[in-house]
Amino acid sequence: MNEMTSIETTLKDWETDQEVRWCPGCGDYAILKAVQRTLPQIGADPKNTVFVSGIGCSSRFPYYVESYGFHTIHGRAPAFATGVKLANPELDVWIVTGDGDGMSIGGNHTMHILRRNLDCQIMLFNNEIYGLTKGQYSPTSRLGTSSPSSPQGSVDRPASPCAFALGSGARFIARGFDVSKKLPDVLKAAHAHKGAAFIEIFQNCIVYNKDVFHDFAAPKGAEDQQLWCNDGEPLLFAGGTKGIALDEPTCTLKIVDVVDDDWKAAGVAVHNTKNRALAHMLVELPFGPFPMALGVLYDDPRPTFEGAVAEERAKSIAGKAPDLGKLLGAGQSWTVKG
Amino acid sequence: MATVSADRNVAPEATATGTPEAVVVRFAGDSGDGMQLTGGQFTLSTALAGNDLATFPDFPAEIRAPQGTLFGVSAFQINFGSTDITTAGDAPDVLVAMNPAALKTNVDALKPGGLVIIDTGEFTKRNLDKAKYDVSPLEDDSLSKWDVLAFNISELTIEAVKPFGLGNKEALRCKNMWTLGLALWMFDRDREPIVAWLNSKFAKKPELAEANIAALNAGHAYGETAELSGPIKKLHVEALAAEPGLYRTVTGAEAISIGLVAGAQLAGLPIFFGGYPITPASAILHNLVKMKEFGVTTFQAEDEIAAICAAIGASYAGQLGVTSSSGPGIALKGEAMGLAIMTELPLVIVNSQRGGPSTGLPTKTEQSDLYQAIYGRNGDAPMPVIAARSPSDAFECAIEACRIAVQFMTPVILLTDGYIANAAEPWKVPDPAQFDPFPVTFLESKNGDDRLLPFKRDDRGVRPWIKPGTPDLMHRIGGIEKGVDTGNIDYSPDVHQAQTDARIAKVNNVADSTPDQDVCLGETSGTLAVVGWGSTFGPIHQAVRRARAKGLDVSHIHVRHVWPLPNNLGDLLKGYDKVLVPEMNSGQFKTVLRDQFLIDARPLNKVSGQPFTIAELETAIADLHG
Repeated sequence: MNEMTSIETTLKDWETDQEVRWCPGCGDYAILKAVQRTLPQIGADPKNTVFVSGIGCSSRFPYYVESYGFHTIHGRAPAFATGVKLANPELDVWIVTGDGDGMSIGGNHTMHILRRNLDCQIMLFNNEIYGLTKGQYSPTSRLGTSSPSSPQGSVDRPASPCAFALGSGARFIARGFDVSKKLPDVLKAAHAHKGAAFIEIFQNCIVYNKDVFHDFAAPKGAEDQQLWCNDGEPLLFAGGTKGIALDEPTCTLKIVDVVDDDWKAAGVAVHNTKNRALAHMLVELPFGPFPMALGVLYDDPRPTFEGAVAEERAKSIAGKAPDLGKLLGAGQSWTVKG
Repeated sequence: MATVSADRNVAPEATATGTPEAVVVRFAGDSGDGMQLTGGQFTLSTALAGNDLATFPDFPAEIRAPQGTLFGVSAFQINFGSTDITTAGDAPDVLVAMNPAALKTNVDALKPGGLVIIDTGEFTKRNLDKAKYDVSPLEDDSLSKWDVLAFNISELTIEAVKPFGLGNKEALRCKNMWTLGLALWMFDRDREPIVAWLNSKFAKKPELAEANIAALNAGHAYGETAELSGPIKKLHVEALAAEPGLYRTVTGAEAISIGLVAGAQLAGLPIFFGGYPITPASAILHNLVKMKEFGVTTFQAEDEIAAICAAIGASYAGQLGVTSSSGPGIALKGEAMGLAIMTELPLVIVNSQRGGPSTGLPTKTEQSDLYQAIYGRNGDAPMPVIAARSPSDAFECAIEACRIAVQFMTPVILLTDGYIANAAEPWKVPDPAQFDPFPVTFLESKNGDDRLLPFKRDDRGVRPWIKPGTPDLMHRIGGIEKGVDTGNIDYSPDVHQAQTDARIAKVNNVADSTPDQDVCLGETSGTLAVVGWGSTFGPIHQAVRRARAKGLDVSHIHVRHVWPLPNNLGDLLKGYDKVLVPEMNSGQFKTVLRDQFLIDARPLNKVSGQPFTIAELETAIADLHG
């Protein structure tokens, strides 16, 4: 995010006159609303806000936000965003991508924007399927996913976007899901982070991968399977009756029962968003045996790419005036007299 | 050992006074022998002596190919003289061969009667084997066509640098300076600039500077001594009577870099360069990184695709986006070029062509990316293409590419090649004031009836440039077909037809802003026109000049704007009975001309990785002229 002047807007100000073309019931609608709800809350200025996307269902997103928007090519949104931000660091850049766009064809760019730490928000809508191409398995699809290109079930193992992001050097990693009421808070935290903020948003593709996240993301009744991680607070879930603790002998996380809210007695770990080792364990926490780790899993800022580029520039041009005549005649030259 | 015949003739094109008009020298050695450095410094001293010149660096793709091998030979050819020089010369008058492999791969190019200087210190059994010589060429009569000056340069160098306490290996590294010293003596060149260069290059290791200078001086002194005993002569090539002014040597990569900066300045824009390392285009990135005071931002991307995408992102944000690569990288950028065409954003794409397809010949030159430049994208994706003809011409072409890009809101390809990128020539430094500025204006307020129309076209078919950050002009762009004026997603049949037509018309309109095609040598109609583009300019020009001197009715037409073609080109070409199109590809521009003008353009093609010789073009001209 930028140090910017706060502007007063409402949700309506962030809606465009374009007809939204997602399937009825698609999780993208909820995410769009969450973003449009967040933008006024963070005081975003439409003229300085740019949404950049790749290709896929999620990448239609910029057309529906009343700001500047660039719907680019498959997988390359981070590269376009890098050019935008370096050319004008005043702009507040949001990247919208999906599991196919950001983890498959554009995996390379996702890695590099994170390691460089360009100041931007990267929302990866993960629906574990290729939606716009009609339902093939994606790099995040679970083993055995049956799809038009894997009728017997997919045989490739899925990648974990958050683990990938952490391995690439990301300094902010968060998770949310489409219909979650807490999604705007996650987005706000991402925006407050100076540097590349990576947010995996589980999104329900109701046509090709319906309810694949139902166990933790169902609108009702799945709360017990959600581990919301809050900085400085114990890692509790299931209404505070269970918690996550460190099993010291094996150096792994384990689930412990919490009796009478005494999480300390149960040995529940306290979340620390600056603890990289904990972040590694949380992003790798297998869903099923464990609840889904959600919220801000890691948040430890360091200098941004565009800041470093500006510093390097200042150093390299110190004392140099832009003299075109001098540049033209540079090097060893000689004069022919008339 | 020195075997030298008495009646050596270095200068075949000698004038009446006995001084040659032009001389071609080729330095050839192992890729670790520093031949490119030797050639570069000899070039500088030649330019400082006031000769016109052209060079041809020819090196292997491997950084350090196995020593002594035939494929590891690196060569640098320079043609210099007191007349206008436009090619690196057909056949060398003098060849310096630092080892058997260099001799074997280069001696056949040497003119009969030419001089070959050989380091016998490298003619060991092992090196002869590596060069696949059964018998040492110094011991049979295989070199009898030429004058041979063979002596132990290695030993002489070790001797010369002894006082500086270098190890044998380091001492031998000074061989190239010893050889350069001899060459400087032969052509009556000043050693001072080289000494100054060595002192600055080895400022942190003064003993290496001193050793190299000692080697340089020893080579020079050897010439004087050898002259006394008769085997070699000093040759003075008169300076060219050049137009007064400030001159420098410039390579194509330097000229393009400076030209891009100048172009952005004329447009009043900061420049954003996205690049990824690739031979032979990397030099542009290396140059621009040193020019940041001109508002240059350089970005070494993770791949070719990211390099162009970042450049497009910067253009979207209001800077002049530039990317550069060579054939394989340009292929990777194709989809993003389509997006720049579709979203109508300015962008300059420099393609330093090399031999292809695929990895092809990374360090050799070819003009085989013309189809890729003009046609190589999905969909109907028109894009202006211009081609530089020489290192110094690349400067103006870079400015022209910037102008077209910002004035027509379009990506533009600037074609150059390995030959232009690496070769050097003297350049009369232009006055920046001689170029007309083409300042860019961004849209600042709504251009429709109280609404924004991001794709509303002006009378040339050009849409406005709108920077994010501008109040009230928020809008969305993308690669999906868009409605006329509004830019909103719309892929209805009529809209796609209308927008495809509009994009083509816009690019065609570029021709109204470029000069009519001229004839650079000869009449504007007649028996034969030789039509070239790109770096074949030099040899074609000389060949046409020679053919005309023999009385043939032939003209030379050189096309800079290869797409869209100049408005008058079709009519001009129809004024000749025959049209010959020499190209370093299999006939790509010939096909474009046939397609556009329905003329019987005849091809002359060469894809050996080597430039055309004047002689082979002269023969083709004479054959077709009849």
